[in-house]
Amino acid sequence: MSAQESLETEHGPRPGTTLEPAAGTAEIDINAPGVTRFDLVREGARRDGIEIVVYEPRVEPGSRLERRTERSVALLFALAGLAGAAFIVAYIWWPWEYPGTELNAFHLQRFYTPVLGVTLGLALFLLGAAIITWVKKLLPHEVAIEQRHDGPSAEEDQRITAATLTNVVDESGIMRRPLLKGAIALGALPLAVIAAAPIIGGLIRDPHRPLPEMEAAGLDLSPQDHTGWHPALNDGNPVRLVHENGTPIRPADVAVAGQVTVFPGIPRGTTNYYADSPALLIHLRQEHADELRGQLYELNEGSMYGNYVAYSKICTHAGCPPSLYEQQTNMLLCPCHQSQFEILNNARPVFGPATRSLAMLPLALDDEGYFVAGTVNDAGELVGSDFKVPVGPSYWER
Amino acid sequence: MSTTTEPGPRAKAERPSRLAHAGRNADERLQAASPLRTLLNKVFPDHWSFLLGEVALWSFVVLLLTGTFLTLFFDPSMEHIVYEGSYTALRGVEMSAAYASTLHISFDVRGGLFIRQMHHWAALLFLAAIVVHLLRIFFTGAFRKPREMNWVIGVLLFWLAFLLGFTGYSLPDDALSGTGLRIAHAIMLAVPVIGTWLASSLFDGPFPGEVIIFRVYIAHVFILPLLTLGLIGAHLALVFKQKHTQWAGPGRTNTNVVGERMVPRYAAKMVAFFLVVFATIALLAGLFQINPVWLFGPYKAAVVSVASQPDWYVMFLEGSTRLFPAWETRFSLFGEHFTLSPLFWPGVVLPGVLTVLMLAYPFLEQRITKDNRIHNLLQRPRDVPVRTGLGAMAVTFFVILTISGANDVVAKSFDISLNAMTWAGRIGLIILPPLAYYITHRVCLGLQQHDREVLAHGVETGIIKRMPDGRFVEVHQPLGTDLEYTGWAVPKKMNRLGALAPAVRGFFVPIERPAAPPEVAPPAPNGHDDTGTGEHTRTDVERR
Ligand code: HEM
Ligand code: FES
Repeated sequence: MSAQESLETEHGPRPGTTLEPAAGTAEIDINAPGVTRFDLVREGARRDGIEIVVYEPRVEPGSRLERRTERSVALLFALAGLAGAAFIVAYIWWPWEYPGTELNAFHLQRFYTPVLGVTLGLALFLLGAAIITWVKKLLPHEVAIEQRHDGPSAEEDQRITAATLTNVVDESGIMRRPLLKGAIALGALPLAVIAAAPIIGGLIRDPHRPLPEMEAAGLDLSPQDHTGWHPALNDGNPVRLVHENGTPIRPADVAVAGQVTVFPGIPRGTTNYYADSPALLIHLRQEHADELRGQLYELNEGSMYGNYVAYSKICTHAGCPPSLYEQQTNMLLCPCHQSQFEILNNARPVFGPATRSLAMLPLALDDEGYFVAGTVNDAGELVGSDFKVPVGPSYWER
Repeated sequence: MSTTTEPGPRAKAERPSRLAHAGRNADERLQAASPLRTLLNKVFPDHWSFLLGEVALWSFVVLLLTGTFLTLFFDPSMEHIVYEGSYTALRGVEMSAAYASTLHISFDVRGGLFIRQMHHWAALLFLAAIVVHLLRIFFTGAFRKPREMNWVIGVLLFWLAFLLGFTGYSLPDDALSGTGLRIAHAIMLAVPVIGTWLASSLFDGPFPGEVIIFRVYIAHVFILPLLTLGLIGAHLALVFKQKHTQWAGPGRTNTNVVGERMVPRYAAKMVAFFLVVFATIALLAGLFQINPVWLFGPYKAAVVSVASQPDWYVMFLEGSTRLFPAWETRFSLFGEHFTLSPLFWPGVVLPGVLTVLMLAYPFLEQRITKDNRIHNLLQRPRDVPVRTGLGAMAVTFFVILTISGANDVVAKSFDISLNAMTWAGRIGLIILPPLAYYITHRVCLGLQQHDREVLAHGVETGIIKRMPDGRFVEVHQPLGTDLEYTGWAVPKKMNRLGALAPAVRGFFVPIERPAAPPEVAPPAPNGHDDTGTGEHTRTDVERR
């Protein structure tokens, strides 16, 4: 309220309605007798290029309206304080610890976060409302006009600064001394490289550098060109298909028309370390298997095992797992951008933004009857085999 | 500072004199008297649309506050651990330390979930405010000379905010954030020539590697906030230096600012507005669950849930990747095979082109209209039909992409075929923006015409008069004679003109005296000013 009172003291004028048009524009002598505080305020504004053209109380001082507004502002502050106190009480004493299995729909813990939100929200909102009401209803109404000084600086200033700048260049004599020019270029270039080197150089990593496991196996194979199914990661033996929990899979484990996500049965094979490896193993119905067998790509010849087929679970578009299996249409749908792959036709993309078929994982059984990634060669031997093309999204050198 | 020059009653003089003493002490050291006065005195114009930038600013402040709290508990590590916290459904599950620490914040830190949700809601509000602020700048021509620089900074701020949001979303290492990172990785791969090197360098090897969460974390809590803070500083400094634009209106010219001095009114309103923004975020965070990561499970390359959606501001890119046809270019050079991924166009080229167009717009418009003058008065969108039409076109484009980013959800909710949705998006993206341009352009012209009609014939009063010959005509209240359109809002309803006296307030008894009739008869042709300042401003101020 002090702002309001001060307007009525002898320091300031009782600011009336519209001020005299000319009053704010002329300089006043601030030492003259009878100069009020408000005269000084206006003089300050004037020196800043501002003219206060309207300055009037919002409400009649001492009126009922003023008292009423004052009361509502005070009430808002009080309510804000109450809500704030409620927040603190709730924060400390409301049961907040997750009750685990005892959680039910009416457990108080469920309401911890909502109670915090409502009390804090109310406290802040009421405080904001109190301030806005105060400013809009009780502070004097004002209209001030400030002049802009847009255009460029004075021409004189421009010239002086330009001279100062050219003088700097001139002092160094860089224009007259070609030798120095060259020397600076030669000397500064390495400096720029030095600045960039640790940042960029430290980060750069050759995408073709083999995984440590590959190196250990003595193969110089870039990570894009193999997955966890590569036999070299399993001492040269075909890699078993395993469930996420690591157990191997027999044909009988997958019912007809059933499907299961499989991982390479090597150390860390089921983790994100081999994020390109997961595949979807599908047990097709007889007629579906025949249909697929009838139109296998040459690349995929011999990759099915009986009525079983396994496709890479990494979308060739952007790498999501296309794992929504539409039974009626025999489509694999990728949830990220809705590419659809035709299971009975080499997982060819038939809709959406994907451009390449999902790679087929060659399937065979090892001597214990478990699925492995591999093929049986002409000599009747089982040889381990990775996917035959890189899986996942396209890249430049592909 | 100069209160002591005035003699006054002792009781009143004592307090100011102690203040004055402190003030003089400070000034002896800082020489701040006159710059301080200039600061206190700075004039700000007022309009609701000027608050949009402020919403962005205040949500950013809330982000800094809540984010700092989160860093005290979050562990940006991809180390494999087995969860043993109090959320029973995931006990014994293998996950990264990052995901486990997010669960820890949500279940085992007092009020942690509340702060997490505030942080996420603040991020959504931040980006929404930025986009709407950008639209207001665009449609009102606030980016014109001399404010092109601030527009450019603004565009950079948009992308910084986008990256802040995306990196934050990636941190918890839940199923959704991992999927987002995977797509980001694929988009990096799609960059021609350096793509594989770029991706491999950022992820330190194949996806996902073991460091990406940590690197994203440093970007999210240090690099990006620092850049954002710096640019926001520059942005506000420029607004301050160049002074805010204002709407055209009585007394307002291209060379002045009409409003309130900063202290106390404007500053107090800013503080109050901060509280209101903060309150809104707190209410949202308390009442509406957001990003319940414990339901998604840890990220695994082979798992994704249906209808997994990114945050809203990423959806336009998601939509563009969904709609773009399956075009992959393969070619051979010097016996080597090269590939342009289908992600290249919607994921790299499209955002690139949009950014360049946005950065260049103020300069293009200047070049085409040959308008090199300084503009401090805002334009009403209707007065610039071409720009408004272009803006409507851009908004339509953005909205179609955003909807398409959730087209599976739309398809499911409304039982439409997904393929139909995709095709509708593709066709819509080509047909609707030009249509939006055409319609908007027409609407602008129509509004212009109506304004001029009102100026010429007056406001519709709703009073019907019967003519002697039996016709009915509506009585128009003329605004004045020979009024020209000057870019001001034109009153269209009687009560804007004060045809009805404002009611005297007070429910049971009047609490104010009715206003005395004005002494000066005609309140100039300007009684319609939005801020209510019109009646008081001097009429001898030049109008344009
Ligand atoms: C971090 C995000 C941003 C923050 C915190 C921010 C904040 C602000 C604030 C507080 C103002 C003054 C009030 C107002 O006119 O709304 C302002 C003005 C302005 N902003 Fe932003 N802004 C952001 C992003 C942007 C963007 C994305 C653009 C456009 C591309 C932009 C362009 C401008 C311009 C040209 C002005 C001067 C407006 C005038 O004087 O009328 N800003 N900004
Ligand atoms: S990632 Fe599968 S469609 Fe995009």
